[in-house]
Amino acid sequence: MSVTTREDATLPGAARAAGPRPASYQSRLKTERLMTHLGLMLIAVGFLLPFLWMVSTSLKTLDKTMAFPPTFIPDPAVPMNYWTVLNSPKIDFPLFTRNTLIIALLTIIGTVASSSVVAYGFAKVRFRGRGFLFALLLSTMMIPFPVTMVSLFSIFRWLGDHTPIQWLGTFKPLWVPAFFGSAFNIFLLRQFFLTIPEELSEAARIDGCSDWGIFRRIVLPLSVPALTVVALFTFLGTWNDFLGPLVYLQRPEQYTLALGLQAFQSQHGGTEWHLLMAASVLVILPVIVLFFLAQKTFIQGIATTGMK
Amino acid sequence: MAGMRGAEGRNLGKGLAFLSPWLMGFLVFTLLPVGLSFYYSLCDYSLLQPPLYVGAANYRDLMADPVFWKALKNTFWYALMALPAGMLVSLGLALLLNAPIGGQAIYRTIIFLPSLVPTVASAMLWLWLFNAKLGLINTLLGFVGIEGPGWLTTPEWAMPALALMSLWGVGHTVVIYLAGLQDVPRELYEAAELDGVGPVSRLMNVTLPMLSPVIFFNLVMAIIGTLQVFSIPFIMTGGGPARATYFFTMYLYDNAFTYLKMGYASAMAWIQLLIILCLTGIAFWSSKRWVHYQGT
Repeated sequence: MSVTTREDATLPGAARAAGPRPASYQSRLKTERLMTHLGLMLIAVGFLLPFLWMVSTSLKTLDKTMAFPPTFIPDPAVPMNYWTVLNSPKIDFPLFTRNTLIIALLTIIGTVASSSVVAYGFAKVRFRGRGFLFALLLSTMMIPFPVTMVSLFSIFRWLGDHTPIQWLGTFKPLWVPAFFGSAFNIFLLRQFFLTIPEELSEAARIDGCSDWGIFRRIVLPLSVPALTVVALFTFLGTWNDFLGPLVYLQRPEQYTLALGLQAFQSQHGGTEWHLLMAASVLVILPVIVLFFLAQKTFIQGIATTGMK
Repeated sequence: MAGMRGAEGRNLGKGLAFLSPWLMGFLVFTLLPVGLSFYYSLCDYSLLQPPLYVGAANYRDLMADPVFWKALKNTFWYALMALPAGMLVSLGLALLLNAPIGGQAIYRTIIFLPSLVPTVASAMLWLWLFNAKLGLINTLLGFVGIEGPGWLTTPEWAMPALALMSLWGVGHTVVIYLAGLQDVPRELYEAAELDGVGPVSRLMNVTLPMLSPVIFFNLVMAIIGTLQVFSIPFIMTGGGPARATYFFTMYLYDNAFTYLKMGYASAMAWIQLLIILCLTGIAFWSSKRWVHYQGT
């Protein structure tokens, strides 16, 4: 037993000393790369197929979606499906898009404005208790939405009953909280503000600049990339949100695209797959376009999330 | 030092002023709802009448509620399938996408794209892919002679189907891993190369330890996210068939907004919070053994 172990242990060293290794090493590297390519190609096809299938179905006629076995290339191709969906009385695309955009715009304005101010406080102003408050901020990110969902609903209901302003059944519960900062974005912006050299603030302070001035004239202009990330993520979050609108919006004319798409499906069961897929493509498209326009910002934004 | 303290004292007002939007938001949209939610969990509250204090009755009722246990069990089953699978697949993909070969930008984009698809749209798409007769998945299985199951219509397959589907959206996590992989010092690989260390050992002794803080971060996020799963099953299965995909948050939602049992739902929310805190706590505790921070 002990002999074989020792032999095994000495083998790699002997092979290395013998010399012919580099050539075999090179060829092994080549096969390794080829295998990686092959594996990635297969995986990439797997990840892409659902998209292709969706687009393919969205261009088919109703009876072609029911044909067996299904074909990949739609014949005939019916781009009219998209027009049908856009004008369908069952899903008011223009209205739902408008609703979603209004909520998204207000949420973006609120989040960017409030989170950047708060992040400046956490990154650039030294005061007692800051560490504790920052820990508190981070811990709020761990609270699951269901914990506050029920009581927030009853708070908004109470406000509607006891003040002249109605909340439930309006967009307000969805965007007003954004004006009070969002923990995740405050954290993201604070990390970015910390990388701005303190000397810049010092120089401005000597010139008689207040903190508010430093924030507006120095920190904000230098943080455009980070603010873009926050705006992008906030847009995506609003565009995707399902549970929020589901809880707070009541009448169909207030629906966002997410709610509208779900309502469209649940009314039609699983029959009009071509229209359902066309509608889904229309909901996905803006996000994909946005991604390709701001690919770098996107990836860098996500990458910073994972770093502490 | 004393001057510093003084400055910190003077800055207190300024600091709090900058923090004020969040401080107000924290009080109104976090602290108050969390406190109220705990109070409601001790009440009989139908929203139509003021809450009536009943002590721990909601918690006692939950312990005797078979649907609660079913939903809890389903959620754990789903987590046991989707969480390890998601962790392994995202890490594996990141390692592949980090290999020094051409065309990585294209591969990365393709694998990232699905994670951008809005929840509802991806639910629609996968309803269609999983369709028993006409769906793409069973069609492809048919080509190799396998008769695919009714993915979302049979109790045994609905849950694995949802777990499988969740893998399509791992792109976000992959990007975080890729960023972590960029931070592994090159010298470590060069040293390993010189010592004639094979690829497996390189992975186990260099890459994974160096990546462990990122793995830990993703694990905690996955625990929090997976235990709250709601929208996808709500849209795709409505919890069926035969409550096979009826998850914790869905029962909570139904209690709150379908049966108007707000107190009962709040008690569920607190149990959910407790479970999440326990599990992330265990993750933090275990992290001392396997998470290596650079420079410590």
